[in-house]
Amino acid sequence: MSRKIGEVILDLKKVSLSFGGVKALTDISFDVREHEIRAIIGPNGAGKSSMLNVINGVYRPQEGEIILRGQHFTKMSPYKAARAGISRTFQNIALFKGMNVIDNLMTGRNMKIRSNLIQQAFWWGPARREELGHRAKVEEVIDFLEIQHIRKTPVGRLPYGLQKRVDLGRALAMEPSILLLDEPMAGMNVEEKQDMCRFILDVNDQFGTTIVLIEHDMAVVMDISDRVVVLDYGKKIGDGDPDAVRANPDVISAYLGASH
Amino acid sequence: MGFFLETLIGGLMAGMLYSLVALGFVLIFKASGVFNFAQGAMVLFAALAMARFAEWIPGWFGLEGSYLGTAAAFVVAGALMFVVAWLIERLVLRHLVNQEGATLLMATLGIAYVLEGIGSTLFGNDIYKIDVGMPKDPVFLFEEVFPGGLLINKEDFIAALIAAVLVGLLTLFFQKTTTGRALRAVADDHQAAQSIGIPLNRIWVIVWCVAGLVALVAGVIWGSKLGVQFSLSTVALRALPVVILGGLTSVPGAILGGLIIGVGEKLSEVYLGPMVGGGIEIWFAYVLALVVLLFRPQGLFGEKIIDRV
Amino acid sequence: MLYRENGQFKTSYAADQQVFPIAQDRWAVVGIVVFAFVAVPLLVDEYMFRAILIPFLILSLAALGVNILVGYCGQITLGAGAFMAVGAYAAYNFHIRVEGMPLLLSLLLGGFTSALVGIVFGIPSLRVRGLYLAVATLAAQFFTDWVFLRIPWFTDNSLSGNVSVSNLQVMGWQLNNPLNKYLFCLAFLTVFALLAKNMTRSAIGRQWMAIRDMDVAAEVIGIRPLFAKLSAFAVSSFFVGTAGALWAFVHLASWEPAAFSVDRSFQLLFMVIIGGLGSVMGSFFGAAFIVILPIVLNRLLPEIGDLVGVEISTAGISHAELIIFGGLIIFFLIKEPHGLARLWSTGKEKLRLWPFPH
Repeated sequence: MSRKIGEVILDLKKVSLSFGGVKALTDISFDVREHEIRAIIGPNGAGKSSMLNVINGVYRPQEGEIILRGQHFTKMSPYKAARAGISRTFQNIALFKGMNVIDNLMTGRNMKIRSNLIQQAFWWGPARREELGHRAKVEEVIDFLEIQHIRKTPVGRLPYGLQKRVDLGRALAMEPSILLLDEPMAGMNVEEKQDMCRFILDVNDQFGTTIVLIEHDMAVVMDISDRVVVLDYGKKIGDGDPDAVRANPDVISAYLGASH
Repeated sequence: MGFFLETLIGGLMAGMLYSLVALGFVLIFKASGVFNFAQGAMVLFAALAMARFAEWIPGWFGLEGSYLGTAAAFVVAGALMFVVAWLIERLVLRHLVNQEGATLLMATLGIAYVLEGIGSTLFGNDIYKIDVGMPKDPVFLFEEVFPGGLLINKEDFIAALIAAVLVGLLTLFFQKTTTGRALRAVADDHQAAQSIGIPLNRIWVIVWCVAGLVALVAGVIWGSKLGVQFSLSTVALRALPVVILGGLTSVPGAILGGLIIGVGEKLSEVYLGPMVGGGIEIWFAYVLALVVLLFRPQGLFGEKIIDRV
Repeated sequence: MLYRENGQFKTSYAADQQVFPIAQDRWAVVGIVVFAFVAVPLLVDEYMFRAILIPFLILSLAALGVNILVGYCGQITLGAGAFMAVGAYAAYNFHIRVEGMPLLLSLLLGGFTSALVGIVFGIPSLRVRGLYLAVATLAAQFFTDWVFLRIPWFTDNSLSGNVSVSNLQVMGWQLNNPLNKYLFCLAFLTVFALLAKNMTRSAIGRQWMAIRDMDVAAEVIGIRPLFAKLSAFAVSSFFVGTAGALWAFVHLASWEPAAFSVDRSFQLLFMVIIGGLGSVMGSFFGAAFIVILPIVLNRLLPEIGDLVGVEISTAGISHAELIIFGGLIIFFLIKEPHGLARLWSTGKEKLRLWPFPH
């Protein structure tokens, strides 16, 4: 199946973010096209995670704006971002530890729940039907990620690699149009990385989900992404397809040169 | 004007005592992340011990009527507080390392019950007096400025002075000594502190000992002012808003918070109380703290918390 | 052998999402409810009803409410007693001020008022959390203590908030003996427990738990903290307020604000800690434990004293109670932070695998 990369759906313009006096991001602009896999790379502390946090409103940039499908946001909030179809995974897994895998994924369906508190308290008609409907959807995600055997295990008891997978599952349960992945492969062994790569490509392929990802593994990034943004010390130093970025002298000196 | 100033000064004096109890909270919270609900019970326990030892020791050693008996009682009560601190670390805290704040809070509630129970069993549960020879007579100040002058209680004044000195000493201890530095390191990050060889358990014992001493001083002052009785343990509930107002991690915050609350309580009771039927000082402090929280969730002097994802 | 789920296959998600997916559990619960409604009234004497069963039922209801807030939504409260008081006095006002108001409606309206007050005092939770919030809830406690003591309108101008109710009846059914009171409270608890269970297994419950476990992530997947937290405060206060109204009307019949002091708040918190945070079942265990413990100690301690030849005074017993109580709390926090409910489920787990322990 061939993917068609579409128009720009997410456009960041001149975003600057600072904490107290520390500048985390300076004047960063880049765009994301529909259906593409867009990578953000850079050395530690380059501001990659901050970038994602700006996109989905966890951090509020002091300057700049975010244009999402033609809509301008100067103040994004996590809730607005979720409404607009952005979901994400976290670098240090932020699962709900006290709940099992099914319930974690069900929270991802939360935005689609229509029944109210009273109906839920009485487990009455619509609430019950909805609950079963979403369960069926969640089971689809479980099948997709091949985690059937752990569906009733509390996530706190799962090994790291599986937790990462459940984290992805929860984001997928939202049926997002844009998926932000914060180091989805950090700390994994080769097999787990291969699995994760496969899931990312499948998500992109089958559901046409736009993916923005941060990753340290250069080989992976260069293989799977369509375009790459390079950050260093909160500034953008490169942007383009993997080959162009690889050839960019700034990038080589700031990042590839330093780490090899 | 004179009356207003008198109320204000009365509030400052009472506030100093709140600060003293609040200081106990802050010390322990800074060093171990434990919100010590048992601070009030410790004050009660210390005051009970002090009152009874001051009664018993002179009888045992024939020191009636001398300051030596009182001093000995103070030393023995202090030693007892050290034992309590050591036991708390040994039996409770050691087993709750790395638990959440809420769990620790509830554990200290348990400690409070145990201390109250043991205190009453050992020392009885009547009302006792502590007499450390504080002058009770009032003095008049600024008679030439205000008609009739300002009425000030000498006892309050001395108490405030003691509290201020204690606060100064503690600040020095925290900032200038090696142990103080270790305490601050532990407060910042348990694991990191442990990894550079700071003995966590010993540090905790020290902190609880210091908090026990602070409780003893607070207990003696409160006790000599109001008598030692079971209700003394509720002084912790009075001091809580102080800590919240000042910020849980700030020693100066505890002091200033205490003063603000002390003054606020007195002024509101005198000027606002009659309008709504009195007795408002019980909740006034809490509402004040609550309002501050809405604007500054970390308290006036607390460290700002940045969420990291 | 009895407790094994072999052969119980679920063929639909509906079957898999039942309250008790294991058949034996279902029968056991039905059995307990039937036992409580039919057999207990035949077996038990008045003292038992008055001193143990009725307090147990009402405090279970309150503990359930506290557990929703503390155990499920992770917001510590030290002000549960305040919401019991609001429920009690609000129900009282509806009862005496509105002509012909049915008792049931008064009680529920008491709970409802408490829910509204709960929302107001829940607002700080949007800005502060953990320990700071615990102190904020104490504000609710001291404020309501004062309101019912000092503002005469709420207590029908009675001295120091001391009020009483009499001749209670529900649709012609007199609540004048312990048996009827027991059945009335039991019916309340059964319905409310079912509601609580339903909420905790549907979307709202997951929102609460998500906020409890990782609030930033919850927001990112589209849970509004405002709604989740305030709804937890509202539902919790509704339960606690209704329990307060029952406690005042049915158990005490004549009460003053001191019945709902800060000690009551602590007691409720201990119930959910000892019983098990985040467990409906745990709320019952905790309430039972705390209702029964003092009674047992009262009987047992003097006898132990006799054995070793020491006479223990009443004051001595109450001190010993404090010590044992505090000690138990610490013990539970250290040994079993998930409370009696976890011991129960570990036991069940062992039973399922029996005779192959691991």
